[in-house]
Amino acid sequence: MLSEFEKRVVREIQGDLPLESRPFAAMARRLGVTEGQLLDTVENFLERGLLRRFGAALRHQRVGYGGNALVAWVVPPDEIEPVGNAIAAYPDVTHCYQRATVPGWPYNLYSMVHRHSEAECRELVRRIGEALGIEQYILLFSTAELKRSSMQYFRD
Amino acid sequence: MQLDNTDRRLLEIIQRQIPLSSRPFADIGVELGIGEGEVLERLRRLQEAKIIRRIGGFFDSRKLGYTGTLCALQVPRDRIEEVAAVINAYSEVSHNYLRTHEYNMWFTILAPSQSEVERVMEEIKARTGIDSVLSLPAERLFKIRVKFNVSEVPDAE
Repeated sequence: MLSEFEKRVVREIQGDLPLESRPFAAMARRLGVTEGQLLDTVENFLERGLLRRFGAALRHQRVGYGGNALVAWVVPPDEIEPVGNAIAAYPDVTHCYQRATVPGWPYNLYSMVHRHSEAECRELVRRIGEALGIEQYILLFSTAELKRSSMQYFRD
Repeated sequence: MQLDNTDRRLLEIIQRQIPLSSRPFADIGVELGIGEGEVLERLRRLQEAKIIRRIGGFFDSRKLGYTGTLCALQVPRDRIEEVAAVINAYSEVSHNYLRTHEYNMWFTILAPSQSEVERVMEEIKARTGIDSVLSLPAERLFKIRVKFNVSEVPDAE
């Protein structure tokens, strides 16, 4: 589990990095530690896999990705591992998860596909399905972003 | 906004990893052959143009002890705004999208325990009166890589 100090570091770095010459020094001051201590902690989070990365997230709609689909696939349970890995290997697939099924909802593998248009999404998904022999799938295009915020961990 | 070649290379670098150093923007400048001031100026521009969503830490929620689920709700067209307001008010919900399906509202719930995830789910059902709900917790992660290739795009919109 995380120490109280580590939780404070999580709270600090889950926000925006200030755009100034020494941004980590500014964060460290708020935490009451040195810049070096903060940087060591962030390195340590990366090594432990707590942090996936420390970097930028873009609004994909604004860099030309106008086609964004959640694809739900029905994959035979004993093929889920090779199929999941094969779908994950496509560069335009950003997320790929196996998820629980519920009665009346047979889809067990989910991927996010981002292309420049919906037509390109459809074409890519058709090719993936053909290549992997998966015939049952649906594309759910996003038509509106109702909420998109960065998760605030350890709020209290 | 027009993106020049330096903007594109800058976006590639910062999507990967910000240098964990005392002056990260000066280090990025060295890689790009520009000064620290120009890096900061370009980043401010890209942030104002809403191309950059956030620069900071992106965590593996499970490794922080959090658990979650992907939910889908069947919302009648004339209730979308009202139902979205109920759902979006929860800090445990970070993503909510309208999608082209009978199950048209898709959102995530993330919380420190399974019981809290279920409480949010139950409250949303009770407050909206909608019980056509799917809850699809992840059983296995094959990929998460939220990095976009900006080099092949002529202009940002």
